[in-house]
Amino acid sequence: MEKETCIFAPGDFKNEQSVRWCPGCGDHAILNVLHKAMAKIGVAPKDTVVVSGIGCSSRLPYYMNTYGMHTIHGRAAAIATGVKTARPELTVWQISGDGDGLAIGGNHFIHAMRRNIDINLLLFNNRIYGLTKGQYSPTSARGSVTKSSPYGTTEDPFVPAELCFGARGNFFARSFDVALDTSLEVMTAAARHKGASVVEILQNCVIFNNGIYSYMSDRDAHDDHTIHLRHGEKMLFGKNLEKGLVQDGFGLKAITIGEDGYTLDDVLVHDAHCKSNLLQQQLALMDGHELPLAIGVIRDVDAPSYETDVQEQVDQVQAKKGFKNLRDMVLKTMETWEVKDVL
Amino acid sequence: MLPNTNVKTLDRVVVRFSGDSGDGMQLAGNIFSNVSAGEGNQISTFPDYPAEIRAPQGSLSGVSGFQVHIGKGVHTPGDEADVLVAMNPAALKTNLKFLKPGGIIICDVDTFRPADLKKALYETDDPVKELGINPDKIMLVPMTTLLKNTLADSGMDPKSMMKCKNMLALGLICWLFDRPIDSVLRKLETKFAKKPAVFEANAKVIRAGWDYGHNTHSSMSTYRIETEAVQPGVYTDVNGNTATAWGLVMASEKSGRPLFLGSYPITPATDILHELAKRKDLGVKACQMEDEIAGICSAIGASYAGHLAVTSTSGPGLALKSEALGLAVMAELPLVVIDVQRGGPSTGLPTKTEQTDLMQALYGRNGESPLCVVAATSPTDCFQMAFEAARIAIEHMTPVILLTDAFIANGSSAWRIPEEQDFPEIKPPYVTPEMLETGWKPYMRDEESLVRYWALPGMEKAMHRVGGLEKDYKTSVISTDGANHEKMVKVRREKIEKIAYDVPPIELLGNRDAKTVLVGWGGTFGHLFTACEELNENGTPIALAQFRYIMPMPANALDELKKYDNIIVAELNTGMFADYLQMHLPGKEILRINKIEGQPFMVKEIVDGVKKHIESRK
Repeated sequence: MEKETCIFAPGDFKNEQSVRWCPGCGDHAILNVLHKAMAKIGVAPKDTVVVSGIGCSSRLPYYMNTYGMHTIHGRAAAIATGVKTARPELTVWQISGDGDGLAIGGNHFIHAMRRNIDINLLLFNNRIYGLTKGQYSPTSARGSVTKSSPYGTTEDPFVPAELCFGARGNFFARSFDVALDTSLEVMTAAARHKGASVVEILQNCVIFNNGIYSYMSDRDAHDDHTIHLRHGEKMLFGKNLEKGLVQDGFGLKAITIGEDGYTLDDVLVHDAHCKSNLLQQQLALMDGHELPLAIGVIRDVDAPSYETDVQEQVDQVQAKKGFKNLRDMVLKTMETWEVKDVL
Repeated sequence: MLPNTNVKTLDRVVVRFSGDSGDGMQLAGNIFSNVSAGEGNQISTFPDYPAEIRAPQGSLSGVSGFQVHIGKGVHTPGDEADVLVAMNPAALKTNLKFLKPGGIIICDVDTFRPADLKKALYETDDPVKELGINPDKIMLVPMTTLLKNTLADSGMDPKSMMKCKNMLALGLICWLFDRPIDSVLRKLETKFAKKPAVFEANAKVIRAGWDYGHNTHSSMSTYRIETEAVQPGVYTDVNGNTATAWGLVMASEKSGRPLFLGSYPITPATDILHELAKRKDLGVKACQMEDEIAGICSAIGASYAGHLAVTSTSGPGLALKSEALGLAVMAELPLVVIDVQRGGPSTGLPTKTEQTDLMQALYGRNGESPLCVVAATSPTDCFQMAFEAARIAIEHMTPVILLTDAFIANGSSAWRIPEEQDFPEIKPPYVTPEMLETGWKPYMRDEESLVRYWALPGMEKAMHRVGGLEKDYKTSVISTDGANHEKMVKVRREKIEKIAYDVPPIELLGNRDAKTVLVGWGGTFGHLFTACEELNENGTPIALAQFRYIMPMPANALDELKKYDNIIVAELNTGMFADYLQMHLPGKEILRINKIEGQPFMVKEIVDGVKKHIESRK
């Protein structure tokens, strides 16, 4: 952390509320990192608003010493849009789970992306409904056996990144609940990105979906099943960064440097700022099986943000028309007639 | 006017302009009503347009109408027209039913061509005879021929010429009712300021219409319309939706809270969004969201952020917003929800009027979720009540639903542009620095009003969380304690009930000493008031109580109503307000007059209904 920019300590964003998530829940780690990220970003608690919907993760605002709203299921993005549009100077975070953000809130999610409202959306993806005690979510894998799918689901899941890109989102990053440094890095990057930023955090639900990410997140599996992308750097992974990603026809391929004739020069360099999202989307779709799961900032592209343009338009129109108030506007734009005092 | 012309004096007159949707009937009607208002007449107008955007020309379904009522004691657009202008046979056929017995018809006889008659499903080639119209009461004017002759030298193509036909009708009507042609031309000049050629052509046509009336029908009576002294000031013509939007802007100016609208297009409320979108020039942020839910949710976010937040909709949209309304009740945030009622249920009659959302507004949410419900009585009252809705929302930290309806939203009347001092300051109950020093909590309340205080993001030491979960009365943290919940439920209700003392008492109109009171709410005022006047003039003493504040009712309302032997509630539904009143007046029989036809009341329906009830109670 750069000490000189650090006006706030993580503790400034924490309040005395006792945290009520299950022991071992991934949310605890995410909350702690968020406190740190906010301190690092340097926006005062009084200028920070955290908006959530409904679900386990949506309890988060209660544990923040900032302004906050714990709202209704699925609507956090719409409410956050209202906060930010009304007051562009505030820093607005949205906390949603995979159900809140992508099922009941799917419509608001895609429109927040399209509109490019400057909010930082932390999407806690545990691929399950926790608060309602274990039903499949829109990110649960096909065949998932849950309380509402005792014989396995017969539907395909969303990949959040794909939805984000499909809705023309300009910032997408990913981390694991246990990958504290990566989470800090991507949350900070999301806050610094102007426009809608999505940070997907793969989060373990110890009670209803325990271990679904272990094959990628466990210490011994992590290096071979994930790749940490950094803008401008080679796409390397593996314990000793001996593996890399190369272009293979229209797709990607994982190779080992020095094998099959591949050299370091063949390995792709990550470009998070590339306007076209085609390659970024391919990277985001890697699932840790054949190809490593991508973490870090996958896409980070500048684009006009909604609230800024709304404010600018208001300022411009106001300056151009120059009306003093309602009465002045009515008198100058409407057909009027005067009724004089009859003496 | 020639001295020998037969001039009759009338208190008021109703003119109905009808034609194809593209015939410009609304423009002709608007100019006529505005010129009349300038002459000191009261005005009330109402458009009657088809649901189809562009129905086939000349067809029965493509006819649109615009009714104008001018004169003295005008409170409605009028039950029936004294004069009907019909621009084609289809308009004549569909609008004849709106004409008063003995009323005059002005019709373009040039459109009585076989093709037009066929399109309008006539069986003979003589529409006048076929419809049984008294030939003495119809002026068959060759409007198209006149138009072509007048503009022969203009170099205009026939299509552009036809666009001026409405002005020919306007000229005729202005002759008939002795409207000063100069002020008509002035209005037209403003309208076509950027198109002088168009103005010139239209002006020529208006004069031609006037001259035609004057030269060919000089034996016919023309009319002088009585005027009425009104409050001095500068006036304009405004419809209910625009007035609603402006009332909110005024409330924003008086509260110092910037105005935010989150909305989604829906008939007949969309014009509020249109108007506020234009009012970026007054600093308004009007956002068209992705759906009704996002409309209200963005408003709730803006409210938390410290804006005067509003969402506008109609019945189906209000249904979608109900969960979020519950959040605003629970979070105790100021929020104005405007429901321009239309015919329901479901998609129902989207362009027609009804008062059928009352129960939805009062009770349409899960849990005990009381909020304030108010209603506007006329197009201009929409301004007043939008202001009031915002005032109550802010000063009492609560959502407020303002009920208007398609009738008053689209109807217009003359409105005195308020002066600076006409409206009071709105005082938001901000958290004060003293409170923050002494341990403020987000759900701490004013002991008297039970209103919680408003802390805006950006304020030091006031960081707080609100949300849909129940909070502890004392500590404001989440609580599932049963006794606390009951206390909070009661406090939230009591907070709303206390608003009864912060609204004007209900004012009884008509004959207050009568034994019978006619009761209405919202947009039916004009018809009820006119019916009440008629009844009192004709020997049926009756008082009128028109409710604008519904939840809660003004503190004096029930005591006032109890004084009457007969309480008759007239409303455009099956009896929602009557049921609501019955709940508050157990043991008292509430009589009812109901209509659910998608149309406003006719004065005579109320008069007849009242008489019937009184007769049956003798």
